[in-house]
Amino acid sequence: MSFAVIRAVRNLGGFIMKFSYFPGCTDHSSSYEYGRSTEAVLEVLGVDLVEIEDWNCCGAAATHSLNRLLSLCLPARNISKAQSAQAGPLVVPCAGCFSYLKRTENVLKNDEAGRKEIEEIVGFTYQPSLEILALMDVILNRIGLEKVQEKVKNSLKGLKVACYYGCALVRHPKITQLDDPENPQYLDRLMKSLGAEPVEWSYKVDCCGADLAMTYSDVVKKLVGKIVSMAKEAGAQCIVTSCGLCQMNLEMRQDVGLPILYFTELMGIAFDVEKRENWLKRHLISPKGLLESLGLG
Amino acid sequence: MHIAINMEERMETLTNVEKANITFLEEAEKRSGEKLSLCYQCLKCTAGCPTAPYMDIRPNSLIRMIQMGMKKEVLESGAIWFCVYCQTCGTRCPNEIHIGILMDALREMAMEEGVHAKEKNIHLFHEAFIQSVRRGGRAHEVTMLMDYMLRSRDLMKGSLIPGVKLFLKGKFPLLPSFVKGKVEIKRIFEKCTKEK
Repeated sequence: MSFAVIRAVRNLGGFIMKFSYFPGCTDHSSSYEYGRSTEAVLEVLGVDLVEIEDWNCCGAAATHSLNRLLSLCLPARNISKAQSAQAGPLVVPCAGCFSYLKRTENVLKNDEAGRKEIEEIVGFTYQPSLEILALMDVILNRIGLEKVQEKVKNSLKGLKVACYYGCALVRHPKITQLDDPENPQYLDRLMKSLGAEPVEWSYKVDCCGADLAMTYSDVVKKLVGKIVSMAKEAGAQCIVTSCGLCQMNLEMRQDVGLPILYFTELMGIAFDVEKRENWLKRHLISPKGLLESLGLG
Repeated sequence: MHIAINMEERMETLTNVEKANITFLEEAEKRSGEKLSLCYQCLKCTAGCPTAPYMDIRPNSLIRMIQMGMKKEVLESGAIWFCVYCQTCGTRCPNEIHIGILMDALREMAMEEGVHAKEKNIHLFHEAFIQSVRRGGRAHEVTMLMDYMLRSRDLMKGSLIPGVKLFLKGKFPLLPSFVKGKVEIKRIFEKCTKEK
């Protein structure tokens, strides 16, 4: 019943959804395309993003590798900022940031001693009512694919995509609580709603090697090589992802020239966002040829 | 006959070596919060691990060695540094042992014991990243990578050319972006490192 009411309110013309927003450190650097395309498509979808004031790094892989407590407290400061902003659920585009925020949330919710320690160090009182959501989750389950479809001006018909989820969105499923950890469908469903054709393949949740790229680039090259060649073998013309590190590794460490795009970029192209040139030109493997061949250039 | 033996009763009849073995298992279980004694060597963790082929000890063997109390070998292994926390193992483990969390705990234990990291560069890279966050509250790729190169004397040959390409695409800005609340960040860092 309450869902029906929410849906009815949401469908009223001019209704604006509001979210707290955690852009993350790579938003204006290595994940430039992700940040700009996210802002652009959410604007089209009528979503108001309120950036958390003075947010800090989520800690990323390095912090939990060396200092568990620090890796819980750094995201907690962002959670405390999102709480005080009172601007709705916290939406996180980067899969990595999302997973570390969720890891902290899990301790805050389920481990009383841990929660007290974090609260004392960061200096706040945790409110369990704050939701932390992945951007993909917001688009599928809060905004809804009907609304996405309404905004499609250029159908991506004819574009075969391999949906690559990587690790952080779907694992550990008890913490991220998002989609199936072995054969997730969120991205596939989203791509279908844009008119694209997601291919069936077995590497959608395989790890790209993450930050080993800096210390053991040959290992990452092997892992990426397998993912990219399997996507190609499945008939994909590009790979779509939702993680900054995955995107960078897949684009930097392959030699077959398969374009690697964020899912929001393809949404932007389907929505005919004018500013898309600003981010599309930043790719090391240009998707222009592919897009032009489909009349989407 | 009772199969479950009271731990205290058992400890009395054990030799010192055996006691030390149990202590390491208990310590690792306590630190990680994972029930490592449940592992029955199904090998699902190792089968799905993307970096297992490059580890000196495979994840399933590492757990067996903890059960056997081989503290020195475990903490000195390169394997604990090669885990990238992809969590494939923890998701698939039939006994719900989250090995990624265990690896975090083992690295912390190794550092506390003053064990020299076998994968020195992986350790130094993490360290450079954390220092970058400590300085400004946010990670900054350029200064972090320079810091890592100076610490490790690793010229990062495999990443140099693609790194320059990213820089030319404007994806590695030279100027870092700092938080305003540097005092808060400093406090968090101090409190989280003091208790170690």
